[in-house]
Amino acid sequence: MQKSIYLPLVAGFALCASGTFAQTPVLQVMTYDSFVSEWGPGPAIEAAFEAVCGCDLQFIGTGDGAALLARLQLEGPRTEADIVLGLDTNLIAAARETGLFAPHGINAALDLPLTWDDPDFLPFDWGYFAFVGNVGEDAPTSLRVLADSDIRIVIQDPRSSTPGLGLLMWVKTAYPDTAADLWADLADNIVTVTPGWSEAYGLFLEGEADAVLSYTTSPAYHLIAEEDDSKVAWAFDEGHYMQVEVAAKVAGTDQPELADQFLAFMVSDAFQSIIPETNWMYPAVVPEGGLPAGFETLITPATALLLSPEDAAAIRDVALDEWRNALSQ
Amino acid sequence: MAQRAVAIAPRWPGAAAAALVLVLTIGTLAAVGWRAEWQRGLSPADWAAIRFTVTQALVSAGLSVLLAIPVARALARRQFRGRAALITLMGAPFLLPVVVAVIGLLAVFGRAGVVNSALVWLGLPAISIFGFHGVVLAHVFFNLPLAIRLILQGWLVIPAERFRLAASLNAPVGRLLEWPMLRAVVPGVFLVIFLICLTSFAVALTLGGGPRATTVELAIYQALRFDFDLGRAALLACVQFGLCVLAAAVVWRLSLVDTMGAGLDRTVQRWDLRWPMLDYLMIALVAAFLFTPLAMVVWRGVPGLALLPAEVWAAAGRSVIVAAASALLCTCMALALALRGGRMVAITGVLPLAASGLVVGTGAFLLVYPFINPARLALPVTVLVNATLALPFALRAIGQTVEGIDRDFGRLGASLGLSRWGWVRIVVLPRIRRPLGFGAGLAAALSMGDLGVIALFAGEAQQTLPLAMYRLMGAYRMEAAAGAALMLLALSLAAFWICDRGGRGNADL
Repeated sequence: MQKSIYLPLVAGFALCASGTFAQTPVLQVMTYDSFVSEWGPGPAIEAAFEAVCGCDLQFIGTGDGAALLARLQLEGPRTEADIVLGLDTNLIAAARETGLFAPHGINAALDLPLTWDDPDFLPFDWGYFAFVGNVGEDAPTSLRVLADSDIRIVIQDPRSSTPGLGLLMWVKTAYPDTAADLWADLADNIVTVTPGWSEAYGLFLEGEADAVLSYTTSPAYHLIAEEDDSKVAWAFDEGHYMQVEVAAKVAGTDQPELADQFLAFMVSDAFQSIIPETNWMYPAVVPEGGLPAGFETLITPATALLLSPEDAAAIRDVALDEWRNALSQ
Repeated sequence: MAQRAVAIAPRWPGAAAAALVLVLTIGTLAAVGWRAEWQRGLSPADWAAIRFTVTQALVSAGLSVLLAIPVARALARRQFRGRAALITLMGAPFLLPVVVAVIGLLAVFGRAGVVNSALVWLGLPAISIFGFHGVVLAHVFFNLPLAIRLILQGWLVIPAERFRLAASLNAPVGRLLEWPMLRAVVPGVFLVIFLICLTSFAVALTLGGGPRATTVELAIYQALRFDFDLGRAALLACVQFGLCVLAAAVVWRLSLVDTMGAGLDRTVQRWDLRWPMLDYLMIALVAAFLFTPLAMVVWRGVPGLALLPAEVWAAAGRSVIVAAASALLCTCMALALALRGGRMVAITGVLPLAASGLVVGTGAFLLVYPFINPARLALPVTVLVNATLALPFALRAIGQTVEGIDRDFGRLGASLGLSRWGWVRIVVLPRIRRPLGFGAGLAAALSMGDLGVIALFAGEAQQTLPLAMYRLMGAYRMEAAAGAALMLLALSLAAFWICDRGGRGNADL
């Protein structure tokens, strides 16, 4: 008697198990490398989303934001990705042009310094570009003062790095007509131009430069993770250019509901509370508990600068030529 | 004599290896070009990049070779304690991932580095490493060891009998033996280093001090990553291949073939040695130049080792497997190509050097993508591409020797009626053990440090050690990254040492 109950039970259990296994839907999120690394937000976000979605969340990591877009363009409409996460405002125009994305349809109250009403691309975090230097050393108060000083800085190449491109836009927005002059004056401050953020930041920490182009939130990493309060971001009078990182749903996704669910999850507390101390950026929606202790020490720029994706795309080539000519003298 | 090689060595493996090289170099380029929407030709900025690229490559390669000759000569004719270890360690700079080496160089030549601290202490003005000279310095740092090793091989294959004969006739060794050897070896070494510098990207940009130091490879990167302009990327890659073919053609006109007859593999004894101090001084200076930055990498890396997360160790294991597989594949391909011989093989042997890693990666991605998810092939493709990219070095190391064997023992082999495989096994393999081991070591170490292909293909599960190191840096964890860099240095050197040592066997070096 006992046996006859026991056996079908086991069989049924096994069937159930294999059934759920086969039907677990998979959501593929294509993102940049540092997002998925075990020091980035990826692992915690995967666990949090899988706890509520009954699905398998898989990240596809590839290079930086620009590499992400290039990978998507290589794959074209046949891409297996359901969500693309990690583009920034300078890449949105090119991303939109691919026609691969669908509207997100989400109405969330975002805590950005600017209003955001893009129908396709939804922010998940943001930050201000800033020069980061050492506490107690000369801190210039504007791009102009920096250019006139003999402070030594290291920057990233706008042709291969997203922060580098951010600085290009920063200068062009702050000095629309005289950007070339500012670059010419900055030229003798620039120790070197690196291919990516990591190299530049490494050079700065090695003492090769007085400051590096990074984010206003960079000192928070040193403060919170290393208990080191010797790094400071310089507040500039012209205002600070912003980087807004966005995600979007791929139009051809085979998991449209799950993709929508993920985007809604992305602007919820569970996702947003992970961002500050893993991606070291400001969350797009400040979670209920507020920002982590330490973030209150960061500078808050008076003016936030940001070009619309279309304007950014339009002036990029001109700004790049100005930059190259000024620094090639 | 040409028929000799044809008659004795099996031909199909060489053809297969050449085909693989062509697919991965020209084939990937064609795949990129096929997908391109052709828009415009080269811009003035592209031309400036081409000029800069060629100039710095010429200067870097010239300087590396000029410095390498006296050092290789000193190493070839002096015996001292620790010589073998020194020669192995000399391979290290060439094997280092760029970022690691640059940080090591900066620790010596940078603003807060050893040299400037000393200058300041002496009351002298500080020097800056950034600029054209910085690019050349870094390229010499990377390539001088390679030049020394390749030229040293040349010295070591001069048969002992010739030195004996020269000594008994009191004839000038330099003019009669060394100069012809250098005429045969140096142009090829120059070509290899010129081509390495031609495709340099991160070194030139990081130390170049600004957009003046834009190389063609950076322009390709920009075209692929930022503009998604496949046409321009393909065009620039063609320019790179064009420069490669041009340089190869010039170099082959300059090369001479050694025709002085064979030796019996005796240990070389020299009777013409004067000025020992000069040789030792030369060796000491070069060792200081090469090893101080390496010592800095070790010094900075030790505290980081304790901070390494478990994931990095798994990544290291993956890197070791990739390195072993591509060393094996590379050695087989090089042997097959060298046995086949001929000019077409020589061309396929240098093509990978001129190939842009980015175009190869992108092209491979485009070729693979219609059939299978590239992430699944990340490691096999990395092995394949790395074996191909390291092929020129392995081929350069064994090519000369294999040609010589054909010339010197071909008739004997034919008269004994040796079968094709017997010829390879009995005559060729024992003679090329040393260069073959060296080639395998280079391939293993180079793929240990490779970042290009894996970065484009890898999903989360295929992270290799260099990728893990970059991810650590990207997450602000510079100290842990320094630990990973040290681990990479140690593993690369160990892989190189094992292969190289296995090749030497009889310890006569």
